[in-house]
Amino acid sequence: MNAIWEAARGALGLIASGDPTLGAIVLLSLEVSLSAVVFATLLGLPLGAAIAVGRFPGRRAVVVLLNALMGLPPVVVGLFVYLLLSRAGPLGSFGILFTPPAMVIAQTILILPIIAALCRQAVEDAWIEYEEQLRSLGARAGGAALTLVWDIRFSLLTAVLAGLGRASAEVGAVMIVGGNIDGVTRVMTTTIALETSKGDLPLALSLGLVLIALVVALNAAAHLVKDAALRRYG
Amino acid sequence: MILPLRIENLTYVAGGRTIVDRLSVAIEAGPSTIILGANGAGKSVLMRLMHGLLAPSSGEIAWSERDPERRRRRQAMVFQRPVLLRRSALANVAYALKLARVPRAERERLAAEALESVGLMHLAHRPARVLSGGEQQRLALARAWALHPEVLFLDEPTANLDPSATREIERVIQAFDAAGTKIIMATHNLGQARRLGDEVLFLHQGRLAEHGPVDRFFSQSASAEAAAFVRGELPWN
Repeated sequence: MNAIWEAARGALGLIASGDPTLGAIVLLSLEVSLSAVVFATLLGLPLGAAIAVGRFPGRRAVVVLLNALMGLPPVVVGLFVYLLLSRAGPLGSFGILFTPPAMVIAQTILILPIIAALCRQAVEDAWIEYEEQLRSLGARAGGAALTLVWDIRFSLLTAVLAGLGRASAEVGAVMIVGGNIDGVTRVMTTTIALETSKGDLPLALSLGLVLIALVVALNAAAHLVKDAALRRYG
Repeated sequence: MILPLRIENLTYVAGGRTIVDRLSVAIEAGPSTIILGANGAGKSVLMRLMHGLLAPSSGEIAWSERDPERRRRRQAMVFQRPVLLRRSALANVAYALKLARVPRAERERLAAEALESVGLMHLAHRPARVLSGGEQQRLALARAWALHPEVLFLDEPTANLDPSATREIERVIQAFDAAGTKIIMATHNLGQARRLGDEVLFLHQGRLAEHGPVDRFFSQSASAEAAAFVRGELPWN
């Protein structure tokens, strides 16, 4: 019990002192995960909406596959991206393995199915309600999909948050493609794993606290936005 | 002109149930057509078939306009429960105009005119989904009217509304009728049929049991089912 208190006191001290190493790690984590969320959202929302309103052969299989990919193991995604980006791999010439861009790519691949699958479900539910009206007004499937995404944009915030939660919490993918290089590719989760094994519990715990606080703050902000929108737009 | 509409031997089967059964009728421009019948008689499905939202299982629906795109643009439909987008009342109407390829510069003016015609101009910038039920249905009417359709389908537009909102909706429908739009409306409100209709199509179990002027329908129905319906009895009792 004593060790926990000691670690906690050390952690709070580190946070309060505005430790620059800690700050850099937090900042890089946010940059990587938020970038991944932006890319996965830009790709995932249109993809999910297209599958929701599209009617094509093999659609059910695509839906099942997409839902299954929500549970992609981060280490497997990391390995896959590693193989692509390693010197001998097809994209090796870019030389971005063990850099933040590689981590963004891995996390984008990891959370794209989450955002797309949740968007697919939400748009499909809305489509049931809107379809007759939109078809009566002469909307085509493609245009209708965009209209739906815009109309339920505040509900889709949940899908984006699920992606953000996954990206900021995972260790395996960023560890493999980033390499956990001090000052270059070290993010909160990889540092926590490393420092815990090294025995530097205050640093590990302080990062854990910051990570949780950030995730709670982002979710609270999104919840407030959604609430306000619901009151405003119905 | 997309009217007259000729329907030959129209049948619609869903889930093994025949909902519209070998129905033939001609619908001409001019008189307001009321589709009457008990719940489940096939009123809504018949209107969706006419409007093109459902495809017939067999039989023919022939408008005098052959081009499907032009035919679609000349008709509009208002549903029992209006589906409005999460944007302002004005933007909801403008959205319909955009789908109809009305140039951007004209959309706002036409949308405002349509809102004016249903008495909603003062709520133009309010979010559509927070309007009252009656206001939402009037907005749906404005959205349909903004396109100045030749034919306006109405599927029990007042079924969920209180009497004063119903009166407002009926006033708007009468104004559209007076402006020359052909009204085709499903209802099971007999008073409304009398107030708004010129001719009645009476459906019974998916079949056209009777077709004639409103007055004759109410005073001397030819079929036993229609007579029972007018007396307010359930036809299967």
